[in-house]
Amino acid sequence: MSDRNAEYDFKWCPGCGDFGVKRALEWAMQTYSEETETPMADTVMVAGIGCSGNMVHLVEGEQPFGIHGIHGRTLPVAFGVKQARPQTNTIIVAGDGDFLSIGAEHIGPAAQRNVDMTCVIMDNGVYGLTKGQASPTTIFGTQTSSTPFGKLEAAVKPFEQYLAHGVSFIGSHYSSRPRDLAKLIGEAMNHKGFSIVHVQSPCTTYNDTFDLLKGNKKAGIAPLVYAIPEDHDPSDKEQAEKLARAPGVPLGVIYKEDRPTLEDRQAEVRVKARSRTPQEMLDTYAV
Amino acid sequence: MEELLGTTDLVVRFAGEAGVVTSAESLAATAAQAGYHVQTYATFPSQILGGPVHTQVHISTSPTLSDGDDVDVLVAFSEDGFNNHKDSLVPDGVIIYNSGEFDPPGDSNSFGLPFDDIAKEVGNARASNMVVLGAIAPLANFPLEALKEYVTKRFTRGRPGDEQIVEANSLALDRGAEAAEKSGFHLAELDPPIRPDYEQIMISGNAAIALGAVQGGLDFYAGYPISPATTVLVWMEANLVGEDRFAYQVSSEIEAIGAIIGAGYNGRKSMTATAGPGVALMSEGLGFAWMAEIPCVVVDVQRGGPATGLPTKTEQSDLFACMYPAHGDVRMPVIAPGTVEECFYAGALAVNWAERYQGPVMLMSEMQQAERSQNIPKPDLSKVTAAGREVYKGDMNGYQRYEPDEMGPMPLPGGPGAYVANASEHDGIGDSTHLPIRHIRGTERRFGKLKLLNDGPHEIENPDAAIAVMPWGGSKGPVREAYLQLQEEGVDIGWLYSMTLHPLPEAISEQLNKKEIVIVPELNYQGQWSRLLRADGYRATSITQYTGLPFKVGFLVEEIKQAVAAHKGGKVLV
Repeated sequence: MSDRNAEYDFKWCPGCGDFGVKRALEWAMQTYSEETETPMADTVMVAGIGCSGNMVHLVEGEQPFGIHGIHGRTLPVAFGVKQARPQTNTIIVAGDGDFLSIGAEHIGPAAQRNVDMTCVIMDNGVYGLTKGQASPTTIFGTQTSSTPFGKLEAAVKPFEQYLAHGVSFIGSHYSSRPRDLAKLIGEAMNHKGFSIVHVQSPCTTYNDTFDLLKGNKKAGIAPLVYAIPEDHDPSDKEQAEKLARAPGVPLGVIYKEDRPTLEDRQAEVRVKARSRTPQEMLDTYAV
Repeated sequence: MEELLGTTDLVVRFAGEAGVVTSAESLAATAAQAGYHVQTYATFPSQILGGPVHTQVHISTSPTLSDGDDVDVLVAFSEDGFNNHKDSLVPDGVIIYNSGEFDPPGDSNSFGLPFDDIAKEVGNARASNMVVLGAIAPLANFPLEALKEYVTKRFTRGRPGDEQIVEANSLALDRGAEAAEKSGFHLAELDPPIRPDYEQIMISGNAAIALGAVQGGLDFYAGYPISPATTVLVWMEANLVGEDRFAYQVSSEIEAIGAIIGAGYNGRKSMTATAGPGVALMSEGLGFAWMAEIPCVVVDVQRGGPATGLPTKTEQSDLFACMYPAHGDVRMPVIAPGTVEECFYAGALAVNWAERYQGPVMLMSEMQQAERSQNIPKPDLSKVTAAGREVYKGDMNGYQRYEPDEMGPMPLPGGPGAYVANASEHDGIGDSTHLPIRHIRGTERRFGKLKLLNDGPHEIENPDAAIAVMPWGGSKGPVREAYLQLQEEGVDIGWLYSMTLHPLPEAISEQLNKKEIVIVPELNYQGQWSRLLRADGYRATSITQYTGLPFKVGFLVEEIKQAVAAHKGGKVLV
């Protein structure tokens, strides 16, 4: 929205990975709207706190509805959004700090319920907005402003966590190929259930991993990203676990499981339950 | 001794481990059906089974205001129950103890009954409660027939064996009554009931809040189990189900507040209920709802605090926490019903207020009225309307929801007016901003909206008195009883009561301005309500109690007299 809004002065640093994710999200939302023949206004984007959370103000084109809430609570709020009107295309945008540190407690419940919503997680391995502290995905031993003697904790392994929680769609990508990323986000939106697309989105100021991700022949750096082999079966949990444990950043769908969503189950309950009017409820208390 | 005279009130306490809840509920239901006014009180330990429990039933020929100071009949199911409660008995009261369990040292005003043995003899081991209730009846001239009718009604369920159960229970009542008659004890005879000429319901405070909220149009509830608010969640799970409505048990209070904000944003009237620890966890979320102006309701059924505190006892010590639950400049609308009946109207009002001013509303109840059953006039639902949400229907783009100083309609996802509900300070469409003028206008807008809520239900009596008593929340009943007693004694004090603590109704503010001093009896150490009143420029002082128990009327009468005397004697009361 910021293009129309001179007063809004937040900016991502030049070269920030989030620019690529933004383009991918714009395309994915537009495509979803066209393919499902639903208005863009049916989409609600729930943003976390951090650089990536500003996505909700920065997306251009046709505007979705947005929520820019409090740190770590995207999933609870998005859950309420989805419960209110299940036809809402609910998208969570958050960073590794928001989603995997302060907000990590909410991944399990969302996955176990299999709420039909899509998370796009921008992982830059650092707290950027607060100027460079260690995040859950910062590698062990890394020196940051909050870990002057090197990070003393092991890095979180997001894919293994997502699998353990029972997230029913797990995608992995990076920000430098927005067209491919848009397709992956689109697949996640079309997945019936709780989906996470985990995106490597480097911070050019505090943790520039572009060369590591893409590789740099001159510097002798082999790329971390690699296409998921064609024979990978994302519906096979064992294969997914193997991929999740493998080094590097796979590009594509790691895991996909079709199982009923919470909304499906609630629709069944609604049919079975006898809905009573307040008057009927009141009458049960008659003396 | 007034044994030969009639009495208008009978207070029965059941103490022990098992059976006390069923006994109290059965006696209360019977008394209500017979045409008496009744209210119960229960206190439990925080454990699944057993432990010291007591329940109390206050039966009266006129509407009950408190659970009753002194006990006329103590039913001791266990020796602990006997020892812990025998001192609460009035001098001419009677103790019935379970002689199958224990024999107390010779006590002149007690008699034993082997509850369980008699139940077994009449052929239903579960009828021991009825032995007890049968024994109470002749002591106070409580109608035994009403108990039999109750038993017949309760156990005639169209199941095989119903008849035998009814018969065994009736027999149990007779056996209890015979034993009591033989004991030679008598209490003052309870006057016949003055049957109310209006329809009644028998309901607990928590159920009343839930039902009221549903009548107010509630369609989404998220909650996490916590004493003493759990029964609201359980009620909602059972009842708030149907087209476009649902209740859900979430993983924490943090998730609950997030979920009701999300649902409120997306067009639903939403609510959660919790206790003090949950309010603490919802703090940041409540600030978010205030900032982004999202309608939602948080019910705090208070228990003793701080921290885990007294999870199953009553207290009114969350007022600071509910009025100012979040960091930064906030002051929440607070509704605090003072009776079970008010709980119903407060539930509806809270949902309506949230819509009316587009923001979070705190509804404060407390343990002692949450689980208390009381017969109250049946609410006329046609008089309790649900406020509709004003939804934005204008141009697709560019609606500035937060721009005008006056509140406008809310856009609904799916429709026109896409905006960002932002927890950061924001401009009209919800984009973040740091401009001083935005923070000034935003802050003033959020506080300014509260004036839409200054017409809450309230009571004013003796408006010309220089001193007034002003209870809040669940202390209203006992304070009312004390006030009426003081009126009879000729003490010149006024009565102020507001079901809404913030904002206060204008008429109450006017009264407060006129008073030399307002006396606030409240169940907390700091005198939270009188402190807030003083902070707002009114002259107020508190009578405090922090025992985990409700006020006793006798205590209040004395304390209020002392406070009045101290004020007249020129002492500065703070």
